[in-house]
Amino acid sequence: MSAPLIEASDLVRIYHSRKRLFSKATDTRAVDGVSLKVMPGETLGIVGESGSGKSTLGRMLLGIDPAQAGEVRFDGKPMPRLGTAEWRALRARMQLVYQDPLAALDKRLPIASQIGEPLEIHKLAGSAERETCVAELMAAVGLRPDQAERFPHELSGGQRQRAVIARALASRPQLLVCDEPVAALDVSIQAQVVNMLRDLQEESGIAMIFISHDLKVVRNIADRVAVMYLGHIVEEATSNVLFRAPRHPYTKALVSSVPVSGQRLKDRTILQGEPPNPADRPSGCPFHPRCPLAAAVCRAETPPLRWVGPNRSAACHMVSPEPTSVAA
Amino acid sequence: MINFVLSRLVRAIVTIFAVMTFAFVVLRLSGDPAQVMLGPDVPTSAIEAFRSRWGLDQPLWMQYLAYIRSILTGDFGTSMRDGMPAARLVLERIPSTLQLTVPALVLQLAIGIPAGVYAALHRQSATDRGVIFLSVLGFTVPSFVLGLLLVLVFAVTFAILPSGGYGSWQHAILPALTMSIGGIGILARFSRSAMIEVMGQPYVRTASAKGMAWRDVVWRHALPNAAVPIVTIVGFMVGSLIAGAVVVESIFSWPGIGRLLVVSVTNRDLPVVQCILLMIASAMVVSNLIVDLLYGWLDPRLRSQAAH
Amino acid sequence: MRSNLVELCDLKVAFDGTTVLHGIDLDVAPGEALGLVGESGCGKSVTWLAALGLLPGKATVTGSVKVEGREMLGQPRAALEGIRGGKIAMIFQDPSSSLNPVLRVGRQIVEALSIHRGLGGAAARTEALRLLDMVGIPDARGRFDLFPHEFSGGQCQRLMIAMALAGQPDLLIADEPTTALDATIQAQILDLLADIRAETGMATVFISHDLGAVSQVCDRVCVMYSGRIVEAGGIDELFAHPRHPYTRGLFDAIPQIDGPRSRLIPIPGTVPNPKAMPTGCAFSPRCSRAMDACGSGVPELTADTNGRLLACRNPVPVPQQGRKPARVLEAAL
Repeated sequence: MSAPLIEASDLVRIYHSRKRLFSKATDTRAVDGVSLKVMPGETLGIVGESGSGKSTLGRMLLGIDPAQAGEVRFDGKPMPRLGTAEWRALRARMQLVYQDPLAALDKRLPIASQIGEPLEIHKLAGSAERETCVAELMAAVGLRPDQAERFPHELSGGQRQRAVIARALASRPQLLVCDEPVAALDVSIQAQVVNMLRDLQEESGIAMIFISHDLKVVRNIADRVAVMYLGHIVEEATSNVLFRAPRHPYTKALVSSVPVSGQRLKDRTILQGEPPNPADRPSGCPFHPRCPLAAAVCRAETPPLRWVGPNRSAACHMVSPEPTSVAA
Repeated sequence: MINFVLSRLVRAIVTIFAVMTFAFVVLRLSGDPAQVMLGPDVPTSAIEAFRSRWGLDQPLWMQYLAYIRSILTGDFGTSMRDGMPAARLVLERIPSTLQLTVPALVLQLAIGIPAGVYAALHRQSATDRGVIFLSVLGFTVPSFVLGLLLVLVFAVTFAILPSGGYGSWQHAILPALTMSIGGIGILARFSRSAMIEVMGQPYVRTASAKGMAWRDVVWRHALPNAAVPIVTIVGFMVGSLIAGAVVVESIFSWPGIGRLLVVSVTNRDLPVVQCILLMIASAMVVSNLIVDLLYGWLDPRLRSQAAH
Repeated sequence: MRSNLVELCDLKVAFDGTTVLHGIDLDVAPGEALGLVGESGCGKSVTWLAALGLLPGKATVTGSVKVEGREMLGQPRAALEGIRGGKIAMIFQDPSSSLNPVLRVGRQIVEALSIHRGLGGAAARTEALRLLDMVGIPDARGRFDLFPHEFSGGQCQRLMIAMALAGQPDLLIADEPTTALDATIQAQILDLLADIRAETGMATVFISHDLGAVSQVCDRVCVMYSGRIVEAGGIDELFAHPRHPYTRGLFDAIPQIDGPRSRLIPIPGTVPNPKAMPTGCAFSPRCSRAMDACGSGVPELTADTNGRLLACRNPVPVPQQGRKPARVLEAAL
């Protein structure tokens, strides 16, 4: 097995917020001791509800949001400090695509020049080559050559997201972090973009971190999935295994809450209560106030993420490591 | 809540202090009061005597410390011109300025807000277009032009109102009108856009969807939300009314603070100028403080941000 | 047979001369749960906003909207106000901004009680608390005088539902009620809507882009595309055998949560711009089953032999007995 492309260990990100001049600052532990690895060419899905810290984690992996504790290593070397020359050079090798393509594009420039911009910034191609490069990139994401001189507002939502992805791919990165890239798109267009990302990955062998609240999309695109709850990874497994037989009670509820076409409301696990405020995190296991299995130990101790079966780990006192005896 | 008021108060004091310091330095760098007061032909000895009488021969920082010390003991200095306490001179003029600014503010609120709200509720109608046109006209015409125009029409052509001076309520009509018109235009414009924005909000649709009468939707659901941006603008307008008083009182020879300021600056009557600026700064700071408190009262989201 | 609660007939809506709704015919029977499905811009929300007169002034609405047989379109504002919230209540996509931020939540519910049931004072408060308990707001008594920003998104939607129930409506229009909410909260709200319908017997129109959510709470479903209904029928049959190529395409485009990780089947192209609609069937430029005839004349919505309403000249054939079932059928079983 080769070395991981990106490896994070015990990442912590705390936001201090002071609401008032004389008040005590409150700490929000957005990401609370997360470790993960992504192999070259692999797609890791990160799922979770709002406030789970999944977007913050994505930015930390890219080195945009500094970690208060823990470390990110990219290609074996530690992440350089934000803003340094080494950090900027690394941008060519890792790229971010997020939800709103209209905000990510400059509305006064035609898309072709925006797609070619990273080539210019990282001095990757001469001006003659640049044109061919842009044409190839546009073809790769399914944009027509005649759309090169269009402005962002002249394109549909799906086409804009294609342009953003083409720009992200321009510097031939090894890692693409996608934060809810299809959440704003209609189902029929969403399928086009998901297929395109899968094709790109097969052809170029790029590694991807795919952050989304949409379990069905993540299931389709990711090799491996990490489930986050209140800044913790609570379960991690290969995509096939995780969605077929979730072990952690939160993952179970999450998978069960996905409405499947043609299925009635019966026999679903409906979770009571709401995710607590990240600024006021419960003691012990972050999930215990909503957990149907919670016992005394869950209120006292935070369960570590540990091996519970081949290719899967879970952070739950109630899940036993034997793959045969499933809790609950 | 107390905490919120305290932090605003600290900020207010810092602001007033900064204005005082700035005014002190700029005034002392902008010309010698002795020369202006005594004229060009007086002997040097008289100038020297004047300077030492008012402490102008001291280094700037010593003058400043003395000034601050006297302010803190409640002494706002004496007029260099007629030896009267500056504070008394200023206080004497306040009522006459209030006789213009208060009616002007009332006119702005009473005409500007309803006009803007009405226009917003009848968008694209002839009334809406009329309100937009008049409000642009109102805030683009400078007050000195407007003042002279009003004098020409009502005092010269029709001769129904005095062209200037002080005494009866008729004297106040033209200056108060001149002062208010720009603000009416601005307020109408802002109320209109604030109201249009609020009327497009989902909660206004919710209020309609629950079967509430149109009038109640506007009065109970839309207006309280539109009040927040409108209050902001009113807060700014109180400041611009005081600035407007300088021009308008000069045009209409109205014996208020504005004219006292113009005369005192011309004479380099430093203690009086400083006293007026201090008063204006305090008025602005107080009006901002009131706006801040109104925000909290109008919008519970801001209240909880401030209090928790 | 009971008479219909609401009958929409040839309902058309235009914004600044651009037609976005091209004649909708739709009936809602008392107590039924109807789903309205389609992608953004298909007119599913506009249909009901137009029917209740909630569209902005620049919209032109023509056709007929009958509530219990009485024509509503063109009636004075007061007549519509009597229907809204009383006969027909509506909840919206973004619950947090659908509640007035400067008014206490209790008061917003009491307002609806006083409009439709003439309740005031202590009686209104007692009834509002009962409604808050019913929709599952914990500690309703203690939180009666809080403001909307002090509630989470899911709780705001519960408050909206309580407010909608205040007028004891015969029909609740739920416009994307769970779209802005997290998955686990989405499930709670869907559950609540189903419970309330079982308890009160009111009809529900559930507007959503999410076929999965619709199938959980509806008996009948209408699929809309570019301002028209293209297919309508009972939920089980329609989900088992979608016949319009667009409906079929929508099902194929949704990734499956179980089964093999197969490649998705997207619908090529994009939704047409309402300012430049294709001639003929609006879906024909994206349709894999399009024939020459599809380019001219809009296909009418007519019933097939099984009573399914369909606007297509070359629909997906009904599968024969014993043939391999479609992928959607597998998912449904």
